[in-house]
Amino acid sequence: MTTLSNAPEAPLASVKDLRVTATTDSGREIEILKGVSFDVHRGEMVALIGESGSGKTTIALSLLAYVREGCHFAGGQVLVDGRDLTKLSESECRKLRGHKVSYVPQSAAASFNPSRKIMDQVIEVAEIHGIFDANTAREKAIKLFRSLSLPNPDTIGERYPHQVSGGQLQRLAAAMALLGDPELVVFDEPTTALDVTTQIEVLRAFKSAIVERGMTGVYVSHDLAVVAQISDRIVVLKDGEVQEAGTTDQIVGAPAHPYTQSLLAAFKPVVPASASDDTSRDRVLETRDVVAGYGVLGPDGRPQVVAVNGVSLTLDRGQSLGVIGESGCGKSTLLRVLSGLLPAASGGLLLDSRELRPQIAQRSKSDLQRMQIVFQLADTALNPAQTIGNIIGRPLTFFKGLKGAEREKRVIELLDMVRMPAQFRHRLPRELSGGQRQRINLARALAAEPEVLLCDEITSALDTVVAAKVLDLLRELQRELHLSYLFVSHDIHTVETLCDRIMVMYAGKCLETFNASDLHQDARHPYTKLLVSSLPTLDPTWLDNLKQDPELVRKFAHA
Amino acid sequence: MTSASIKPRRKVRFRVKPLAAICLLVVLFWVIVALFAPFFLRYPVGDLVSYDYFGPMSADYWLGTDYLGRDIYSRLVMGARYTIGIAFAGLILAGTIGVVLGLLAAAFGGLFDTLLSRAIDTFVGIPNLLLALVIIAGGGSSIPVLIGAITAIFFPGCYRFTRSMAVNVNALDFISAARARGEGHFYIMIHEILPNIVGPILADLGLRFVHIVLLLSGLSFLGLGVQPPYADWGAMVRENIIGISYGAPAVIIPCLALASLALALNLLIDNLPQRIRDHLE
Repeated sequence: MTTLSNAPEAPLASVKDLRVTATTDSGREIEILKGVSFDVHRGEMVALIGESGSGKTTIALSLLAYVREGCHFAGGQVLVDGRDLTKLSESECRKLRGHKVSYVPQSAAASFNPSRKIMDQVIEVAEIHGIFDANTAREKAIKLFRSLSLPNPDTIGERYPHQVSGGQLQRLAAAMALLGDPELVVFDEPTTALDVTTQIEVLRAFKSAIVERGMTGVYVSHDLAVVAQISDRIVVLKDGEVQEAGTTDQIVGAPAHPYTQSLLAAFKPVVPASASDDTSRDRVLETRDVVAGYGVLGPDGRPQVVAVNGVSLTLDRGQSLGVIGESGCGKSTLLRVLSGLLPAASGGLLLDSRELRPQIAQRSKSDLQRMQIVFQLADTALNPAQTIGNIIGRPLTFFKGLKGAEREKRVIELLDMVRMPAQFRHRLPRELSGGQRQRINLARALAAEPEVLLCDEITSALDTVVAAKVLDLLRELQRELHLSYLFVSHDIHTVETLCDRIMVMYAGKCLETFNASDLHQDARHPYTKLLVSSLPTLDPTWLDNLKQDPELVRKFAHA
Repeated sequence: MTSASIKPRRKVRFRVKPLAAICLLVVLFWVIVALFAPFFLRYPVGDLVSYDYFGPMSADYWLGTDYLGRDIYSRLVMGARYTIGIAFAGLILAGTIGVVLGLLAAAFGGLFDTLLSRAIDTFVGIPNLLLALVIIAGGGSSIPVLIGAITAIFFPGCYRFTRSMAVNVNALDFISAARARGEGHFYIMIHEILPNIVGPILADLGLRFVHIVLLLSGLSFLGLGVQPPYADWGAMVRENIIGISYGAPAVIIPCLALASLALALNLLIDNLPQRIRDHLE
């Protein structure tokens, strides 16, 4: 883990003025990398950080002598141990991969073959390269499992991929990459898809393996806090160009480039909106003991799989309630129940102190109009075959009967409300960026002039800077339109910034509800504390100093 | 940026592969022949115009004569009309029924979907040709019965294809958004689902058309299709089958016509410009 940048020896890997271009269907050339250069010295972990589309994965793959389909190397060199990877033949590439350079993918679940035992897949690389025989490989794999602190290292290899958890599978993918003793390991966002409490375990395992083996590697991520724990040096990328490169301490402590500063700004401690002491509270939404789930209803009136198990909540007008919890805790199901997409099995829903029927078909048009849902993935939430104008205009026609020029006028107003130019109404969703799509998604919900917005992880799929802008917009809209938000997210940071009150969910149950300003207080539920403490900070020593009660972790984290 | 701003024209640029262009020309050629057949005739279709049966190609008889001394060229042109016309009518009927039922099944789902799907599955269980034979045996060999038989045979395929595509689209969030808004099933079917699957459905119908042409020719070859003195391409092959030992154009020409249409349509759909294909997937 020591920086060897002063050492006279040549770097193990060195990317020099690398250019990668892609050819589109219409024959246009797009530059993905516009001349990127950096070095990786032996024993050093270099992080590549940037937003989606910054070219970080393209660089990482180029270190494996690989470009995605439709792309090609247009110039520059990728030198590993003095050999230029851009000029290797296919058979030379095969010899290189897994043996000299190896790869830990973002989604281990998609990278393992579900029909073969884990061990067979982990030791496959040894067979392909003929490095060692199956028995030696197996022993080595078990050693690796142990050093990655996997449970039951002797027998876990006999399981199938679906029999281990996501966090374990990610560590097994790392074991697979490390088996051939590669000189360079490429980590491609290996913890992005994991829950925070799981991420900690995986990061710990990675870090100890890196330190133990003095590993040389490249770590791709969009999360500065994660990278701060793992890497020695950070390279900040945007639009296929290096913005800034430096040691971790320098980038995190004293960033020089404005872009890096804007990335860091997202980590500034937030001042939670203090809950107004308005005593004349107007309750807009209330649920009582809602039970919902999937499958056939049993004789006791409960569904086969219970996803929401007796949740009661209240939401005041003009306020925001954040619902946090990890994947599978039932938070998204709760929203589907409220919107009527999944009728509750039992329990009561109240909107404006009037009972709300569980099924959409039984609700009145005005009830439907008052509460609108915004989905997480704007890619699938907008009909790809309709123009933006039609997407936003439909609720206007449906709820208010607006037509023609009147509707057009209102569509433009709505676009303006989400800070988008009027011309965009003629575009199709695929002609917009992710952040723009999410704004349209929001505009469609606002078109109904709702009182309550149900937001399902609406910033999770967005880049840090873009997400921050969407959150600003949400806050402004709340002030202007006096909206109430029910904001579901797995990201504590986001919820803390936006919401007045926070509800923590675990395994379908509500653990506690409190004012956002009280998040860090001692009286919090142990699980809430675990969630908060699992959130990586920019402090590079955070992971080493982190102490969590192992009993608590075992109880709640599904690593 | 005023409300009066005009909707910009969408520029759609395709890179058309040469093979696709050739195939398109072949298909268009046959469509034009079928549409305007009467204008292209040189002799009345049923008349015996030459004493020379299985005659060779000549200035009088461009594609030779058949086993009774009738003009092959005129019969081929008119045959295009029968072959393409009947197949197209059957395709439209089968396609309409299949697509509408498929969309209904996907949008309503549940028990309705299950019952309809299982009922239609029983149709698929009967071999095509056998079902056609039964229908024609019962209804007689007339053009409306032929079209009816084609519809009965091909609508289950259209139904299954549409339903499987529509079910996939139905699971996406924008459908949930529409349902949460309180939209009815029919709005969702027509405005939300259909525009997203219309491309693949059209491509599928194109391929199905080839199957229909082949089935129809097969029926005519068995003598169950278009009845004499008129003939579609399959019937022409049947009539003149003994001429094959003389190498007469009478039997080869309709085969070539059939092959060119089927091949061109298949290759055309396989080689659609990438832009359209992306839309299909």
